[in-house]
Amino acid sequence: MKVVLQNLTKKYPNRNKKIGGEVTAVGDFNFEIPDGQLIGLLGPSGCGKSTTLNLISGLIKPTSGKIWFGETDVTNLPPENRGIGLVFQNYALYPHLTVRQNITFPLENLKGDKKLSREVMNDKALEAAKLVQIDHLMDRKPSELSGGQQQRVAIARALVKVPRVLLLDEPLSNLDARLRLQTREEIRRIQQETGVTTIFVTHDQEEAMSISDMIVVMKDGYVQQIGKPQDVYDDPVNLFVAKFLGTPPINVFEGKVKGGKVYVGNDAIGDAANVSDQDVWIGIRPEGFILDENGPLHCNMERVEVMGRDVSIVSTNPCSANVTVRSIISSDIKVDRTKTDVRFSVKPHKICIFNKDTEERIHI
Amino acid sequence: MENKSMKGWLYLLPALIFLGVFMVYPLIDVFIYSVEEGYNSASQSFYGYGAYNFSYVLHDTYFLQAIRNTFLLVVITVPISTGIALLLALAITSIEKFKDIYQTVFFLPYVTNTLAIGLVFMILFKKTAYSEGMVNMLIMAVGGSSIDFIDGPYWAKMFVLCFYTIWVVLPFKILILTSSLASVNQDYYNAARVDGTSKWRIFYKITLPMISPSIFYLIITGFIGAFKAYSDVVALFGTNLNSAGMNTIVGYVYDMLYGDSGGYPSYAAAAALILFAIVLTITCINMLVRRKYVYI
Amino acid sequence: MESQNELTIIEQKARRRKITQNTVIYALLTIWGLCVLFPFYWMVLSSVKSYSEYSSEYVPKFYTAAPTMQNYIDAFTAVNLGRYLLNTLLFTLITTGVMLVVTILAAYAFARIEFAGRELVFLIFLALMMIPNELVIITNFVTITNLDMRNTFAGLILPSITSVFYIYLLRENFAQVPSELYYAAKVDGTSDIKYLVKVMVPICKPTIITITILKVIECWNSYVWPRLITDDSNYFLVSNGIQEIRENGLGRENIPAMMAAVVVVSLPLIILFLIFHKKIMEGVSRGGTKG
Repeated sequence: MKVVLQNLTKKYPNRNKKIGGEVTAVGDFNFEIPDGQLIGLLGPSGCGKSTTLNLISGLIKPTSGKIWFGETDVTNLPPENRGIGLVFQNYALYPHLTVRQNITFPLENLKGDKKLSREVMNDKALEAAKLVQIDHLMDRKPSELSGGQQQRVAIARALVKVPRVLLLDEPLSNLDARLRLQTREEIRRIQQETGVTTIFVTHDQEEAMSISDMIVVMKDGYVQQIGKPQDVYDDPVNLFVAKFLGTPPINVFEGKVKGGKVYVGNDAIGDAANVSDQDVWIGIRPEGFILDENGPLHCNMERVEVMGRDVSIVSTNPCSANVTVRSIISSDIKVDRTKTDVRFSVKPHKICIFNKDTEERIHI
Repeated sequence: MENKSMKGWLYLLPALIFLGVFMVYPLIDVFIYSVEEGYNSASQSFYGYGAYNFSYVLHDTYFLQAIRNTFLLVVITVPISTGIALLLALAITSIEKFKDIYQTVFFLPYVTNTLAIGLVFMILFKKTAYSEGMVNMLIMAVGGSSIDFIDGPYWAKMFVLCFYTIWVVLPFKILILTSSLASVNQDYYNAARVDGTSKWRIFYKITLPMISPSIFYLIITGFIGAFKAYSDVVALFGTNLNSAGMNTIVGYVYDMLYGDSGGYPSYAAAAALILFAIVLTITCINMLVRRKYVYI
Repeated sequence: MESQNELTIIEQKARRRKITQNTVIYALLTIWGLCVLFPFYWMVLSSVKSYSEYSSEYVPKFYTAAPTMQNYIDAFTAVNLGRYLLNTLLFTLITTGVMLVVTILAAYAFARIEFAGRELVFLIFLALMMIPNELVIITNFVTITNLDMRNTFAGLILPSITSVFYIYLLRENFAQVPSELYYAAKVDGTSDIKYLVKVMVPICKPTIITITILKVIECWNSYVWPRLITDDSNYFLVSNGIQEIRENGLGRENIPAMMAAVVVVSLPLIILFLIFHKKIMEGVSRGGTKG
């Protein structure tokens, strides 16, 4: 099912009545989600990503704009008529019902000619449970399950009625680190097996990048960038997106463009032939540095952190907006730790420059 | 160490003295009273031990009437008040505008003096030689004939008593149920809504199980409270409850202790112990039922 | 997949259902709201009708053209209403005050001080919670009578002070205060009593307020014990006063004056409630039972 968001806007009256006016939770959201894709809605807390999810589910109504499922306008349709599956952050499993009863719960709501017999319901529940690999836990109560198992029950309950769209609200945030890795792959697998269009919300960029077909980065209610994870990572449209994606985070320098060259301090680190002279922010991903004795960028060596596959060189530079400059290089390269200074050259396509005031990307 | 023990007891001392004198000692004493036969409060003498006091009380027509009244009151008011409270709590929870106002108004009876407002109720329901009274006026307006609710037929008096009791106990029940409903995680309802669950099914399958601990709590305390009904009865029908035919078990205890027919602490003790046994039994039954139906 | 047309119908139905539902809900709430408020209205209305006006209305009227304050003057002069109010105020203040001290000390002992026999005593306390007042009131009546304390404030107050339930409630709250605070205070050389007053009481203020509110309501409305222990009207509390007024004070038929007395008696708690209604309702829902 294709999902289209058209100028979707949600405004709330300001909670602080003295200030008054309205707060925009989601502003002018346009997005066409192709059928069968896994979409990650990403952003810091309060950016409007959960509101967007609730707008799609129909639990809240938009102030303006439209939502289409396929060719139908569902903007004013109550949630139960939209054919969606929703998984909550805290799972919202009914504590007094068993796993089986929880999963069959949505099926029991069907009325009229859609009504199912008990056997069919149990079969469908078992099928859904098998998909998420909890079919051996059918008679337990939620309180007897681990966090990861509860999560799977919640997904099974959302999938059992074969939704047109599956919505997941921070599905992994209540799990511990190891389980999170495992479960996110599981979600990817289930999504691919069922082929259902899936939208999930997260504040964890790594999570979103690792499993999504497309990610949407939001800030203060507005979409910043939409695209394939790698594209957004390599080609951020503004400084916010650049900073928000990537661990370790991007290194940001205060610099300038002069005579078609990009400068950090007095070091010309790259070319920007078509850009007029101005002050800029310069963003360089940790993997964009090359250790080079004759390289243009001079930094002061702080320490070297060994991480097995890679080595991370932590250094400082007076122009850096962060406390340290972190670069990641292959561990095959020998680093002389006794030196107090270190010089880098920078991969040309890894240099991103941003307007100093608007923080918008300037394409080189 | 010795010092610390001393300190502990010292902090506890005032409470222990008060409780010892006015709770533990009377508790033992009430059993003694109840088996002292023919106790005379003037001479403080009695002639033997036995179960005669219980037998006397159980054969006293006033006591039997008090038992009947109390049971009737309990059986009528506990389910009705709990049901109405649930209905009103659900209604309050589902609205947004004027929520605070309704909640505050509904709670008002809790802080009023039972005796004082009872008097108002009596006047509303009473029919006298020179006035039909407020309620009778309403009854006549819809085509009924007037009834004296305060000095008239038994069922009319029972009706007023039940009505007033419900009026008095509702605030507490509504409050408890409203806060219980508010504590149910909204996600459960959202999850059910997304699945297209009907209102009735949401109530029956989610809301009710979630708030069942509070409901049982209210039923248990409601039973205990209704069995101990007294001051609201006095408020409506005056202190001479036996002649009004509206006495309750607690009323009987006090009448035996004091007042026109008073001076028989032994009978009072026996009646109080019978009441305690009834309340204890009912509470135990409630607990057993609770274990079966409350999921936590 | 439904056509757009069918969806519009579903949308309309959902909207219409919502409107009907809201109407029913507000109607229900308003009906009960009127049921609650009506007695108060009637009480105030009757109290400002003159005796002759009230008696002449065979069919009672919902308003009065000539409100009078005469009934309030009668209520204070014909019976000793002022005295009853003063008695009740005194009784409420002293009982609540002493109760707080006794309860805080006991709760602290149970929650913080470790001493031999603490668990056993607490267990007995818990068992005492289940004992209804009706069982012990018989002996208390005899005790107070034998001590010659009938018709005294001491006789009224002493048996009303302790409540096992409040001690239990406060102990639970005290026990939630992290023990690190206690050890930190001990290391600094703070005495137990100072720690209790300076740390525990401020931290547990909400519970203490709850207990105070519940006790004040309980005291102001208490009827049974005062009725047993006083027959001298100089020691009557308001509840007994009302009963007295009803049975022989103002003459059985002077209902407007009676209502004036009822208004005066009800007013203090209602004013208290209107000012603190958030706190009181919060307190009651935390505290559980009435009385």
